[in-house]
Amino acid sequence: MIHDLELSVLEILFNDSRTTPAQIAVMTGHGEEEIAAVIRSLEAQKIILKYPAMINWDRVEIDQVEAVIEVRVTPQRDEGFDAIAEQIYRFDEVSSVYLMSGAYDLMVTVKAPSMKRLALFVAEKLSTLDHVLSTATHFVLKKYKLEGVIFEERRKDERLVISP
Amino acid sequence: MNYDRVLCRRVRDVPPSGIRKFFDVVSTMKDAISLGVGEPDFTSQWTVNDAAIYSLKQGRTHYTANAGLMALREAVCDYLDGRFGVRYDPRSEIFITVGASEGIDLALRALVEPGDEVLMPDPSYVSYSPGVIFAGGVPRPVVTREEDDFRLTADALRAAITPRTKALILPYPNNPTGAVMGRGDLEALAQALRDTDIVVISDEIYAELTYGGQTHVSFAAIDGMRERTITLNGFSKAFAMTGWRMGYACAPAEMLRVMLKMHQYTILCAPTAGQYAALEALRVGRETDYAYVREMVRTYDRRRRIMLDAYGQMGLSCFEPRGAFYTFPCIRSTGLSSQEFAERLLFEQKVACVPGTAFGESGEGYVRCSYATATDKVVEAMERMKTFVGQFRKDQP
Repeated sequence: MIHDLELSVLEILFNDSRTTPAQIAVMTGHGEEEIAAVIRSLEAQKIILKYPAMINWDRVEIDQVEAVIEVRVTPQRDEGFDAIAEQIYRFDEVSSVYLMSGAYDLMVTVKAPSMKRLALFVAEKLSTLDHVLSTATHFVLKKYKLEGVIFEERRKDERLVISP
Repeated sequence: MNYDRVLCRRVRDVPPSGIRKFFDVVSTMKDAISLGVGEPDFTSQWTVNDAAIYSLKQGRTHYTANAGLMALREAVCDYLDGRFGVRYDPRSEIFITVGASEGIDLALRALVEPGDEVLMPDPSYVSYSPGVIFAGGVPRPVVTREEDDFRLTADALRAAITPRTKALILPYPNNPTGAVMGRGDLEALAQALRDTDIVVISDEIYAELTYGGQTHVSFAAIDGMRERTITLNGFSKAFAMTGWRMGYACAPAEMLRVMLKMHQYTILCAPTAGQYAALEALRVGRETDYAYVREMVRTYDRRRRIMLDAYGQMGLSCFEPRGAFYTFPCIRSTGLSSQEFAERLLFEQKVACVPGTAFGESGEGYVRCSYATATDKVVEAMERMKTFVGQFRKDQP
C-alpha cells in the first residue's frame, strides 16, 4: 500500500522531475533525508522508472512520423498476450505497447523517419509475426494533449496583476 | 455642472482602494512576477464551462427565480450541510448572489441605520469599510495582531462593542493575513456576543482553502449563533470561478427576506448561465468527493510552504497562515514601510506584492504575497525577494 507522502512525492516529480529532494521536503513539510529515502525506495520498487522531459517533437525539425497500430493477435497457451507483446515491444521502432479491451488486442505506437519506412516496418516486421492476425495503422497527424499536458496552450494568464 | 454638489458626499469621500493605486504602478511593468493576485490561478473545470454552454444551447437565457434556481439552492444547502454542518432551508434561507460581494453589500444595507457601527478585523479585505460607509454606517476596525495569529480575540471584540454596534464582519479564513479561526476561537467570540443583538456577517469565501489539518468551522455552526449569523460564500475560491460571479447568502428567513427584497429590486437574479455552471461544480464535487478542490488545496499548500521556508531564509518573520492563499510576512526588519517595500521590490526585482496598508492601518509593517501563482513563479519570486531583502540584512551590524 502506497502512503500519502509517497503519493505526494510522485505527484510533485510527475509534474516536474527536476524538483530536488530539498524542495520536496519544503513543499511537503518533511525532512530532506526522509524524502531522499522515499525517492530511493520508489526507484527500487520500479515505481519511478526514469526522469524524462516531455518534448513536443512537432516543433523539432526532424524527420519523424508516428502511428498508432491496432494489432489483433492470438493469445498463446500459458503466456497469454505477454509473449507476443514482448516480441513487439523489443523492436526499437516501437515506443509503446498497451494491452487493450475491445475490438483489438494490442495498441502499438511506432515511430519511424518516414511514412514509407513505417509502413514497411508494419508490413515486414509486425504483420509477419506468428500469432499476429491483423493490423490497422493510423498515422498521428497532430498531438493536442499528452499525459495531462496541453501542447499548444492558448490560454495566457489574463488575471489582473493586482486584485483585492 | 458642479459635480461637487451633485455627487453623494458620503460615496465621494471614500478614498480609492490602495490596491488600485498599486495596480496602476504594477501594470506598467511588463515582466514582473505578480504575487498580488487575489484570485485562483486555476481555471474553472471544463465540465463547469460546458454546463453553462449547454444551458445556452438549450435556450436557457431567461431570468430565474429571484432567489436563484431551486435546484442550485438545494445543492448549495446540501453542500453547506455536508461540508460545514450548517443546515439552511433552500426555500426561505438562501439566495444566489452576484459573487459573495453582493452579499456583503446587501447584508450591510439590510442592517445598518445611519450612524450604526460595524466592527471588522483590521487588516481585512478592502471592501468592508467602504461597504459600511455606502450603507450609511461607521466602520470600526478592530486591530488583530501577529502574536494572536491575526485572529479576532474575544477581548478585542468586547472592547470594541458600543451601544451603536450593529454588526460584526467575520472574514475567516482571512484575506490578507491567511488567518483562520478554530472552533474554540469562535466559541469565545460567541460568548462575547451572546447577550447582544449584534449580527455576524460571516464571509466564508475561503472556507475550502485551509491547510495543515485545519478545517473550516462555520460561525453559524457554533451553538446558538445561527440566529444572528448571515453566512456569505460562493464559488469563486472553492471552485476557481471568480469571473462567473456566483455567490450565495444564507440567513434565518426574517433577515434573508430583507436582503432578498433589495436583490429583487436591484439585481433581479444572478446570471442564469452561471447558475447552471455552479450547479455542475457542486454535482461534480459531490460525485468525486471534491477531488478538484482537494487537488487545488494540495497545490496551494506546497506553495505556501515554499514561501514560509523562503521567509525563514530571508530572516523575515511570518506567522503560519492556515487558510486562503496569502502569506503576510512582517517586513519591519528591513526598515522600510509597507509601501516602500512593495515599490522597491517591484522596481528592483520585478516582483509585485501588495502593501499591508491596503487592507487597513494595522497592515503597516507587512506585505501580502499571494501564492495563487504557478509554483515555478513562486519559487523564482522568492529567489528575487531573497536578493532584495538581503541588502538590508547586510546593512545591519
